[in-house]
Amino acid sequence: MSYFLRRLAFYVFTAWAALTINFFIPRLIPGDPVSALVNGMRGQIDPAQIQSLTVLFGLDKKQSMWEQYTSYLAQLARGDLGISFGNFPLPVSEVLTQALPWTLLLIGVTTVLSFLLGTLLGVFAGWWRGSWIDGLLPATTFLSSIPYFWLGLIAVALFTGVGSFLPASGGYEPGLVPGWSGEFIDSALRHSLLPAATIIVASVGGWLLAMRNMMVTVTAEDYITVAHAKGLSERRVMMNYAARNALLPSVSGFGMALGLVVGGTFLVEYVFSYPGIGLQMLDAIAKHDYPLIQGIFLVVTLAVLAANFLADLAYMALDPRTRKEG
Amino acid sequence: MAITGVGITTPNVAPADPAQTATRRRHGLHRLLVNGKVTSGLVMLGVLTLIAVFGQALAPFDPSKRSSDILQSPSLKHWFGTTHIGQDIFSQVLVGTRSVMFVGFTAGLVATIIGVVIGVTSGYLSGSAAEGLSAISNVFIVIPALPLIIIITNVVPNSGDWTIALVIGFTSWAWGARLLRAQTLSLRRRDFVEAARATGESTWRIIGFEILPNLTAIIASSFIGTVMFAVATEIALAFVGISGISEWNWGEILFWAQGQQALPQGAWWWFVPVGLCIALLGTALSLVNFGIDEFVNPRLRASGQSTVKASDGSRVRMKVGFTPVLADPSRSKEIGI
Amino acid sequence: MKTDPVLEIKGLSVDYGLGNQAVRAVRDVSLTLNRGEVLGLAGESGSGKSTLAYGLTRLLPPPGVVSAGKVIYYPPGGEPVDVLSLTPAGLREFRWAETSIVFQGAMNSLNPVYKVSTQLIDVLEAHQPGMSRQARTARARELLKMVGISEDRLDAYPHQLSGGMRQRVMIGMALALEPKIVIMDEPTTALDVVMQRQILRQLVDLRKRFDFSVLFITHDLSLLVEFSDRIAIMYGGRIVEQAPASVLYRDSLHPYSDGLLHSFPALRGPRRDLVGIPGSPPDLRSMPSGCSFHPRCPKAFDPCSVDVPVLGTPADLQGPARKVACWLHPIRNSAD
Repeated sequence: MSYFLRRLAFYVFTAWAALTINFFIPRLIPGDPVSALVNGMRGQIDPAQIQSLTVLFGLDKKQSMWEQYTSYLAQLARGDLGISFGNFPLPVSEVLTQALPWTLLLIGVTTVLSFLLGTLLGVFAGWWRGSWIDGLLPATTFLSSIPYFWLGLIAVALFTGVGSFLPASGGYEPGLVPGWSGEFIDSALRHSLLPAATIIVASVGGWLLAMRNMMVTVTAEDYITVAHAKGLSERRVMMNYAARNALLPSVSGFGMALGLVVGGTFLVEYVFSYPGIGLQMLDAIAKHDYPLIQGIFLVVTLAVLAANFLADLAYMALDPRTRKEG
Repeated sequence: MAITGVGITTPNVAPADPAQTATRRRHGLHRLLVNGKVTSGLVMLGVLTLIAVFGQALAPFDPSKRSSDILQSPSLKHWFGTTHIGQDIFSQVLVGTRSVMFVGFTAGLVATIIGVVIGVTSGYLSGSAAEGLSAISNVFIVIPALPLIIIITNVVPNSGDWTIALVIGFTSWAWGARLLRAQTLSLRRRDFVEAARATGESTWRIIGFEILPNLTAIIASSFIGTVMFAVATEIALAFVGISGISEWNWGEILFWAQGQQALPQGAWWWFVPVGLCIALLGTALSLVNFGIDEFVNPRLRASGQSTVKASDGSRVRMKVGFTPVLADPSRSKEIGI
Repeated sequence: MKTDPVLEIKGLSVDYGLGNQAVRAVRDVSLTLNRGEVLGLAGESGSGKSTLAYGLTRLLPPPGVVSAGKVIYYPPGGEPVDVLSLTPAGLREFRWAETSIVFQGAMNSLNPVYKVSTQLIDVLEAHQPGMSRQARTARARELLKMVGISEDRLDAYPHQLSGGMRQRVMIGMALALEPKIVIMDEPTTALDVVMQRQILRQLVDLRKRFDFSVLFITHDLSLLVEFSDRIAIMYGGRIVEQAPASVLYRDSLHPYSDGLLHSFPALRGPRRDLVGIPGSPPDLRSMPSGCSFHPRCPKAFDPCSVDVPVLGTPADLQGPARKVACWLHPIRNSAD
């Protein structure tokens, strides 16, 4: 089985595992809070929606677990995630469609930027050990030790306020209608600057350190000595021989660290009241909006899986050893 | 502690010399302890542990007690200032240390035990059971941990420190398990393990006496990694107000500060000392982990000086690929070209 | 004897570390490589033979430093070059064009993420920037053919080649710029015996075609006896004996050379008993006084533990040019 198929099988398996975890968690809730909530709203919700909640949360106690499980999977396959209590009468899928682009853009852009920046600095720090970039390490370690959200709070205190170019919270100016207008995009960009900077500052150190250590490790490999002996230019030895090989573990680490990065950025959304998935999730928890919580967990897990898959594709493109023998 | 992949170099790091004898291992421990990073990290951890144990006694005030000193900036009486209802923040930090350290280390311990069991078993044994265990740990790595922990914590009633520690421990063992599995797989094929197997030693004896001692560094590093994650998670949970508010911890101080709009009011002392404490703990743990990294991967250990002083006082650049040539008095005289 | 040196090493010392912590791995070594010859350099691991090779090419990683000496390269018909005083740019230009190296690790010498062709071509790009793309590819193809690899392997990645093939690729790469000197550091140690001899025989043929000199470093003295013209034996960072290969094989003067010769089965010639050398190589941080070999030497006597014997032509021998550093064979005088 080729590397690609093995990875694909792994992702299918993990997606299934996530669906199953998502199936069981609400069934472990002590008491029956969803039933209570549904009963409280009887009359307002139409029967189809009650039916969908029944399937999602196993409200029908007469069904066997297996029956519940199959109908749960069937319902998810139709994209029906139930109705959001907190945003009544919006269905969960609609709440997610509104929140997801914000998070995807914020996390996607900042994580990739932070990875690229940290990795590039790491290349230099590892290649010129003892240089000033290497001297940044203690500072970046300290910065990496600060929680994202704390850094965000300080950023809000320092850089926002009356007359500041940078807004303290939200995703865009209240009153603007989300769309492709210049005014809206400008406002959205300005609102994202501070959260983005927070995430980058807090996470760049980890990538820097990882890449630096890999550079140091790779620099001692025979093929680096050979590259020097061949009289290649320093740039070529550093980039094409050392960094190119040191990058491989960083890329595979990138995918795996995403699950952690997502958690950190959720709190940044919270601090900046950024209208993404993380804020929605904390909001949903405060409002006991179980269907939304469940939907968010599912969507976030699938998004992380997809990102992992992309990282895997990048890895495959970078490392010939994963390709089929030619 | 930012929730990032600081530890991602470890899987690819060269393993510690597997053929270590007992004495050499003792030397290794000695080398680990004289490492400046490890020592300073351990000293910082030691101080924080003392505070965790004696914080309650050391605290000048009852952390929850209201007073008339409302929202005061740091002074001799209140080192870290006071809250909106006159509580002493310094006392809150001292008392709150215990919960942070408890959750961090308990979760780290739980996760490490699970990680060792699953990682070593799936690495040493073969067959579908081992493959299954490895698949499960890979699934747990990919599933975003914080949302899962938030959901579970939210579902579990009266979530005290024990609950939080166990939830974090049970959801964050997968990194360690993965590292340990990879290392065990490579150890399994080494001569000294093959030899033990050939002489008919039992599987458990081989795992206990041949494999585990060679995994010490990785076990320690994954333990510390989990502690960092657990501390960050606990503080985050308290900050967003999900975990119970029965006991003080650093995250809860921030929760109140955020709820009372401390920063817009200019009450920086409500945030900054706690943040620095969190960073201090994180830095201490990172330092220990750096030391372990250098211990496991000797290439990281060599001095990072880029220039050195030659005997004649000139600076010589140490660089891979261009061995420095020291100026030598005899070289100035041409030797018969 | 008339010699035509291509590389002259004069009083070379190489240290690990600086100042008080410096450990001297190569001590005051002088050695001449003549045009067109294969000079064997043998010794146990830790004798300093690889350090010497890396030191003279300035490829020794930190904390290695060249602490004394000269390395002079004589290009055909040109001005002599002091390799150790070249600027980084000059050194880069000098490398591979004049001196190429085939390294010990057949497995790790090639960059795992690039095709063989890329790695053959980048050396041409670096040194012959004027060459057209087609010419470079053609040259890469030619190089592979030269070392007996079919040209369709040009697009292969290192992991798709066997250990022997990788080392052939390295030899082909070493000849890419037709250097005058090829340094071989245990080039066949990682290979099986059959592959080893195949590659060495090929090397002999290539040397006849391209007329380069080889500095051949190995711990396997029996290989040198067969494939080299002259042999230098290193121990404790010094050259202890130097002689034409056949002479050394027949009649080694230094007890250490004798011990080395009896550590390996010779593939040709009369059988000898295998004895090996008792004890282990000296610790570079605390070298024995006098001759560093004396604690292991079966023939050690009074002066050995006191004074360091100097390498020179022994007084008790009238034969061809040979040198030894041993109190059993006091030298005639300091001159050759």
